[in-house]
Amino acid sequence: MSDKKGKPVPLANEGLPAGERGLFCDAPPREYAPAAKIVEDFWNWARSQSLWILGFGTGCGAIELRPLMTSRYDMYRFGIQPRPTPRQSSVFVIGGYASVKTLKRIVRSYEQMMGPKFVVALGSCTINGGMYWDSYNTIKRIDQYIPVDVYIAGCMPRPEALLAGFQELKRIIRAGKAEGQNEYARNFEWYKANQKRVIKDWNMPDYNW
Amino acid sequence: MRELAEKLAGRYGAREWRDQRRDLSSVTVDAQRMRDVLTWLRDEEGYVHLAFATAVDEIERKAFRLTYAVHNHGTGHGLLVHCEIDRERPVMESIHRLWGQAWTYQREMKEWYGIDFPGSPRVDEEFVLEGWEGPPMMRRDFDSLAYSDATYAERPGRETRDPAAYMKEKLYPEADA
Repeated sequence: MSDKKGKPVPLANEGLPAGERGLFCDAPPREYAPAAKIVEDFWNWARSQSLWILGFGTGCGAIELRPLMTSRYDMYRFGIQPRPTPRQSSVFVIGGYASVKTLKRIVRSYEQMMGPKFVVALGSCTINGGMYWDSYNTIKRIDQYIPVDVYIAGCMPRPEALLAGFQELKRIIRAGKAEGQNEYARNFEWYKANQKRVIKDWNMPDYNW
Repeated sequence: MRELAEKLAGRYGAREWRDQRRDLSSVTVDAQRMRDVLTWLRDEEGYVHLAFATAVDEIERKAFRLTYAVHNHGTGHGLLVHCEIDRERPVMESIHRLWGQAWTYQREMKEWYGIDFPGSPRVDEEFVLEGWEGPPMMRRDFDSLAYSDATYAERPGRETRDPAAYMKEKLYPEADA
């Protein structure tokens, strides 16, 4: 895997105090070119069989993840399980509405996840604001800030809908079309500008790796 | 309870005593006497527990209505003590020395309504919002929808329907209005 571009411009990390800038990464994310098709197909099959969810319930929709762990819905039979840290996770489930305060943590967690990584946006709030369409502190669509691979509509979607969404995600991954991570690297400036427009007190690295 | 109402009226000019439930009453006092009233209730009458303190924006009367809820664990009786302060000059005496936890409520009111409590610990720090630059958002003249439209990107295609009319159209179109 190699990066397509040449040497990237270092990030300014202007939100950090001068003394701390050296502690964080100043390289923007890179796009990854796929390996030879047969190898990449095998990898994609493997990735789709082992989806590890970041255990970070960002909104009320996270309550629908709990039943998935129980014997009735049992997501483990699909190779899906929650992990306690972004470093070990490959799927980020945005659980419903995201306030600006939460969005900051979402961006930070998403960027800390290791690739390949995928985002499932759950509930109508992530799509068009849902019932928080006129809220002063809730963003109306999550795909302006991080790339989304699968949406699951509903308020709340039932656990069955979540399982269907995960099956859809697997299908996309196996087809090699889960390009969210590369999209984020490609349009990094655009995503960053959107994030900084709503997160007014930006006091973290520009890329939280 | 009548007895307490009369004592409060006699000592502090309290008015508008209302028994909301058997175990809950409310009363209104002047803002300048609020601290004295709360001190007396706590030290003499057994209302030792500050359950919460909050504010309501009475924009029509150009005032903020502050409510302090105190509780007497001996009798199981709760008392809501109200007062009003000028909406143009929203400053209130801090009670953080009466109840240590009061500074949390005061910090909340500072951020949400812009009511100042001079001397209250950390009252100027952010409470639940981060990096908020707009006006205090719980004031009723703050237009949440306009702020949201101006700040957050929207996905086109969202429709709004009147629930009653839409249900009639979908479920029982034959029914008369």
